[in-house]
Amino acid sequence: MSDFGDRVDLALADPILKIAVERTAGTAEAKRALAVDAFPDFEDARDRAAAIKDHVIAHLGAYLEEFEANAIAAGAQVHWARTSDEACKIVIDICKAAGARTVARSKSMLGEEIGLPHALAEAGIERVETDLAEHIIQLADERPSHIIWPAMHKTREQVSLLFKARHRSPHQEETIAAMAESARRELRTQMLGADVGISGANFLIADTGAVCTVTNEGNAELSLVPPRVHIVTAGIEKIVPSMPHAVHLLRMLARSATGAALTQYTTFYTGPRRPGDRDGPEQMHIVLVDNGRTTMREEGLAEMLRCIRCGACMNHCVVFRQIGGHAYGGTYPGPMGAVLTPVLDGLPKSRELPNACTLNGKCQEVCPVRIPLPTLLRGWREKSWREGLEPKTMRAGLGVWAWFARRPALYRLASGSALRAMRVLGRGWIRRLPLAGGWTDHRDMPAPEARSFMAQYKSGRRR
Amino acid sequence: MASEMLRPRVALFVTCLVDAMRPRIGFAALAALEAAGCEVVVPEAQTCCGQPALNSGDRDTAIDLAKRAIAMLEPYEHVVIPSGSCAGTIRSHYPEILEDDPVWGPRAHAVAAKTYEIMAYLDEVRGWRPEGVTLPATAAYHDSCSGLRELGIKAQPRRLLRAVDGLQLRPLAGEETCCGFGGTFCVKYPAISNAIVEEKAAAIEATGADLLLAGDLGCLMNMAGKLSRRGSSVRSFHAIELIAGMGDGPAIGEKA
Repeated sequence: MSDFGDRVDLALADPILKIAVERTAGTAEAKRALAVDAFPDFEDARDRAAAIKDHVIAHLGAYLEEFEANAIAAGAQVHWARTSDEACKIVIDICKAAGARTVARSKSMLGEEIGLPHALAEAGIERVETDLAEHIIQLADERPSHIIWPAMHKTREQVSLLFKARHRSPHQEETIAAMAESARRELRTQMLGADVGISGANFLIADTGAVCTVTNEGNAELSLVPPRVHIVTAGIEKIVPSMPHAVHLLRMLARSATGAALTQYTTFYTGPRRPGDRDGPEQMHIVLVDNGRTTMREEGLAEMLRCIRCGACMNHCVVFRQIGGHAYGGTYPGPMGAVLTPVLDGLPKSRELPNACTLNGKCQEVCPVRIPLPTLLRGWREKSWREGLEPKTMRAGLGVWAWFARRPALYRLASGSALRAMRVLGRGWIRRLPLAGGWTDHRDMPAPEARSFMAQYKSGRRR
Repeated sequence: MASEMLRPRVALFVTCLVDAMRPRIGFAALAALEAAGCEVVVPEAQTCCGQPALNSGDRDTAIDLAKRAIAMLEPYEHVVIPSGSCAGTIRSHYPEILEDDPVWGPRAHAVAAKTYEIMAYLDEVRGWRPEGVTLPATAAYHDSCSGLRELGIKAQPRRLLRAVDGLQLRPLAGEETCCGFGGTFCVKYPAISNAIVEEKAAAIEATGADLLLAGDLGCLMNMAGKLSRRGSSVRSFHAIELIAGMGDGPAIGEKA
């Protein structure tokens, strides 16, 4: 059994996980449907969102240079990182130069992708996760299981126990409000005492040099404004030409993610504190991270760079809904994760992810930027086949079938014998079929009619 | 509509699964097409559209089988298939995988343009409705994913089924949610597939309907097999069987 198979078995055996995933994804699915129905011409809006992203991806270099110039003009420092290691080194060096002992971090999947939590720990810098769900994950010493709800795999009942065990003055009442209050008491002083604030970016605005973050808790603002230094790590695909483009994508992002019209907090950070500003960091650093993105553009995965990380694909995925996010084993789970993980972790390690999909197309149907996820997943399957990574039994089985499928007469003989063999096992429902345990372990197999359609048709049957 | 007046020469591609596992669906399609005024031909060289190869990543085999199918189907006015996923393979994927081929690309597009899923064909192209077909029963209809999302098959089967006297369609919660079949997926990842179809079966049972109907035999075998394993009394048919007046025969898995 593969690692992926082990993780799947673990997930399927966990009844609490199923409840937790269903609560959040089920709510998101229902709310998104309402939000989309209430939005005039959502389909046109998806076209426009995809067009904005395709345009910047095609002209990435020009917009990144424009962004860099404007960010510098606003007083920020811009850094370029080719790989996750380079990105982490840049962040750690900035932290060290600032003499930082504690960093407050506002949730960022790019940060997870480049392994920033680990790099900070190695550098001996204390990390305070300020997003409520990331705080839960940090307390539990786990990894995010969803890109917008990192603690989706945990029920509120489990979180309550965790807070009671780990918070200094935990909640007494078993309500969500009391639990949130407990986290607030725990986190607020730590946020305000941090030396450096680190965030990701939902959008980089080329013509102003601004960085946009969205949160529902206000934790980004509280962890990025008070510290002396603000560091942004952002994937280079986050760029948009100007504010109206960002606003259009924001409308799509919030509705697709949670069904809300907007997030509670949407903030644009343009440079550090200016003379006369009442608050803000002394320094602002923006680390622009490639980490495989340029290669994706060149190697047939440009459409994946449209992704605005809303999570709708996983919320609507029948596989994700059964196995949750951890089973995928990468930074990004669900359909978008199954496309991205082979880029980030290599196909040999992750070839099962594009295969563990029914290709039902629901993810593509709900994607706000129309990423053809099933096509991209099929593309990985083709690469895996070409490179000989698919299991020998599968290759051999398909090879035999294809050999017959090219030879209709022999195909009829072979299928005729197979049907006769199946008929030996029973009429009506077959409860156990040799070589088809994957099927009959879980469901019955209908016994076929005595002869194939073609055989009956040739003998003159017409209805 | 002009084509209603004509008698188009239609190739019936029954699909490898129907050929082997449930020929009745092929004969139901044949009967319905003839009732709808078509001259039906069953090309003898048909085997499989190549979908298993395509979805397994074996593009060369998929291309090879696509070329064979295209050459076989070219002579006919229309190609009709009792499966949304096989029709989707020919309509959507043949042109994709042969796009860069100067000879086969245009041929793929031409065959794709005249290929139809059976119920979409009867409803939209032939403007046909079953007449004098009676089946007093309640039914839940599952929208198979490929037909729904690749070909937009949603209203057509329901329009045809409404013309069956006595048949009442009951709403199925999650009717557009994948049943977990996914072709080779259900064999490669049986445990995940099982978890998905378990929920689907529960939703079908919750409708209280007598029958489960759908337009794809793969999905139907998955759902019917799970319903049987759960001891459910729901009986499963391909919708075309009812539409062709063959809903009084054995359901999937019942002894003939």
